[in-house]
Amino acid sequence: MGLSTITDNLDVYVEGFVGTVTLTALGAAGALALGTALAAMRVSPVATLRAGGLLYVETLRNCPLPVLVVLMAFGLPKLGETFLWSFFAYGAVAIALYHAAFVCEAVRSGIGSVSTGQGEAARSLGLPFGQVLRLVVLPQAFRTVIPPLGNVLIALTKNTSVVALIDVTDITNNTELIINDTVDPIFAVLGSACAYLLLTLPMGLLVGRLEKRAAFAR
Amino acid sequence: MRLRTAAALAALALTLTACGGGDEQGDLGSGTPDTKPTFEAGTTMARIQSAGVLKVGTKFDQPLYGEKQLSGDVEGFDVNVAKILADELGVQPEFTEAVSKNREPFIQNGTVDIVVATYTINDKRKQVIDFAGPYYVTGQSIMVKKDDSAITDKAGLAGKRVCSVEGSTPAERIKTEVPTAKLTTFDTYGKCAEALKNGQTDAVTTDEAILLGLVSKSPEDFQVVGEPFSEEPYGIGLKKGDQPFRDFLNDTLEKAYEDGRWEKALKDTVGTVQDQLPSPPPVDRYTAAG
Repeated sequence: MGLSTITDNLDVYVEGFVGTVTLTALGAAGALALGTALAAMRVSPVATLRAGGLLYVETLRNCPLPVLVVLMAFGLPKLGETFLWSFFAYGAVAIALYHAAFVCEAVRSGIGSVSTGQGEAARSLGLPFGQVLRLVVLPQAFRTVIPPLGNVLIALTKNTSVVALIDVTDITNNTELIINDTVDPIFAVLGSACAYLLLTLPMGLLVGRLEKRAAFAR
Repeated sequence: MRLRTAAALAALALTLTACGGGDEQGDLGSGTPDTKPTFEAGTTMARIQSAGVLKVGTKFDQPLYGEKQLSGDVEGFDVNVAKILADELGVQPEFTEAVSKNREPFIQNGTVDIVVATYTINDKRKQVIDFAGPYYVTGQSIMVKKDDSAITDKAGLAGKRVCSVEGSTPAERIKTEVPTAKLTTFDTYGKCAEALKNGQTDAVTTDEAILLGLVSKSPEDFQVVGEPFSEEPYGIGLKKGDQPFRDFLNDTLEKAYEDGRWEKALKDTVGTVQDQLPSPPPVDRYTAAG
């Protein structure tokens, strides 16, 4: 009981911390890549792509993450051996898919903030849509969306805790083990709060510094 | 002629009353519904008789033991045991949902007269309530896929993926007794069952009663293997210190063991998914502490 609940179980917290960091890294990488691609789809001149992007965002963004995780973990194996992955993989993929919708909307808002003259100038130089986006619009868009993207990534870090639902080792799942072992939920959860803060506070600071560096005059 | 019809109707009515609900398990009745036993005034039995109902707390979500049907009826072995007891008092049982957490308060507050709800007898519980029985002994067991013959007992779990529920006693037991088993724990047994179906785990382990319930939901997918490797005696919970009522319940159980009513109650429920049924356990007339 008390502080010893945390100090006696440091190794369990560390193991969970490693799990959360790995999930966050994989989830963030996947979400950023897919989210950017989705944003491109949503501003593309092709109506089908725009509709596809809209459908994806509205479906994933409006479906609770725990639902998505459990649905994937127990539903995908029904589609055959190809989809029989480890619970860790289901967790990481679900986290990436879900947050991609939010990344997409953040990036899209950034694209909206780039003045239309930029795109028009690029097009008048003869650049095709892909290059307009990649070389002219997105670099400017990313600079303005660092704060909202930071929000999404911090939310993603904390949301990795849903993998406890499918017994993937992370801070939350290991905290549950500690609670069962010590019957001291308050201190066990305080310990997990510290572990999450250890991860999210530096992220917030990093986002702040990036924002300053990326600031530019319009 | 009219008199005879009236007599037949009266007898029929009595039989129905005695069977508590008058469903297809009519022959659980003691066969002597017209000779209602009488009890000394002031006893719990006399109070229940004058109330006309035996208030029973049972599980509503435990297939084979106590499960509420879409029709509203509660069915299962625990329910049948309660019907036998109500029958013996010549009253109807009235079922209220009891979950693990509210069983003791239900008894202490008098919300129910008895609890028959996959209720394991243990010393901690005996400090606040009393138990009649046990009327059934089960234990931790193993469920595997129907077509799996690799795992047949606890030792077979070594090195295998095993699923159970977080923080539960069966999960802890596997950790200590089969340390090489790769244990996955979820918050519900439904997830374990789904994982077993999908091939994400090799076995599910917990109390046999729960496993049999899962088997009853998809008998073509699952089977329970081996003998239970722990002992969970299920008892009937009643108010602490009510010795005459406890004696009555124990006497009734022993009577039901002998005349086959217990066996039939079990066969109609658990027997639908399990071939080898246990024999009735001797009731434990322990001396109540303090």
